[in-house]
Amino acid sequence: MSDDRVTLTPKQKRAQRSRSIALALALAAFVILVYVGTWAKLGARILDRQM
Amino acid sequence: MSLIEKNATVDTVIELSEANASDYIALLKPRVMSLVVFTGFVGLMAAPGHINPILGVIAILCIAVGAGASGALNMWYDSDIDAVMKRTANRPIPAGRISREEVLTFGLLLSAFSVVTMGLFVNELAAFLLAFTIFFYAVIYTMWLKRSTPQNIVIGGAAGAFPPMIGWAAVTNSVSIESVVLFLIIFLWTPPHFWALSLFMSDDYEKAKIPMMPNVWGEASTKFQIFLYTLLVAPVAVLPWVMGFAGSVYGVFSIAVGALFIFYAWVVWRAPVGAPMIKPAKKMFAFSIFYLFSLYAVLLGEILVRKALLLAGA
Repeated sequence: MSDDRVTLTPKQKRAQRSRSIALALALAAFVILVYVGTWAKLGARILDRQM
Repeated sequence: MSLIEKNATVDTVIELSEANASDYIALLKPRVMSLVVFTGFVGLMAAPGHINPILGVIAILCIAVGAGASGALNMWYDSDIDAVMKRTANRPIPAGRISREEVLTFGLLLSAFSVVTMGLFVNELAAFLLAFTIFFYAVIYTMWLKRSTPQNIVIGGAAGAFPPMIGWAAVTNSVSIESVVLFLIIFLWTPPHFWALSLFMSDDYEKAKIPMMPNVWGEASTKFQIFLYTLLVAPVAVLPWVMGFAGSVYGVFSIAVGALFIFYAWVVWRAPVGAPMIKPAKKMFAFSIFYLFSLYAVLLGEILVRKALLLAGA
């Protein structure tokens, strides 16, 4: 059975790793932004809603 | 399944990206972004009233991301001329590191993210102004004006002038005459700044067939118009003091650097046509950056001192 997987060159591996780290950081920053932003915008009022 | 299909070899070349995260950052034009962030921040600080510091940081972040998105959309559309010009030939698209489609998606996503975030966390007016700025830079300037008229950067300069107005709107949820003055300073500064650059980069613009002032109306006309615009921007830059939202330090400083800006433009204007323009135009270009940056820096310095004194007195 032949191995049809794509083999990355070292340069491609480095580039992929760099992009993955940047993406992870951007996602983490987005989560923090939404959390902190919601907290700053609504504060304790976030719980003040009709059920 | 036939035998032929079964044994067919896949000869499609899979092109794997070699783009680093730094290439995506380059798409955001970080140097332009830094000036945009700075002027946006000054607009936010100069505005009367109060904004939650966290929401203020989010507003500045949205301005930064929106500016970056505009830069990416500009690089997507202009990749053909970027490839021709020496200054831009190594950008990610012409250098073959990122595809045009990827850059378009990247630019649109960041645009949507910055505008929606601004609308949700800051206010709708700031979000609208940010969306309009991105539209103005990507569509009005990049797609329409840049390739069609030597007045491209006169009108297109508005895109770079909006950030202080967005910062102001983030705090006040309004557009007032003061924020229009902050807009006008950058708007009127843009033509002499870019025309000074085009005087010593005109070969590059000529090669890319971009109608910049020196290629279309000639060197003499460009130099005269540079001088005229400095005569306009210098008094407008004093207005924050005259109108009372900047102090006397800013007032004296803006008059002094305004006079110097006019002097540099006068030297460029009076240089004989056809003489090597590199030295005076480069000096004028470098001073123009210092001029705008220092005006906003002094304004910010005054605001910070005023706020610190208020806090100390409270």
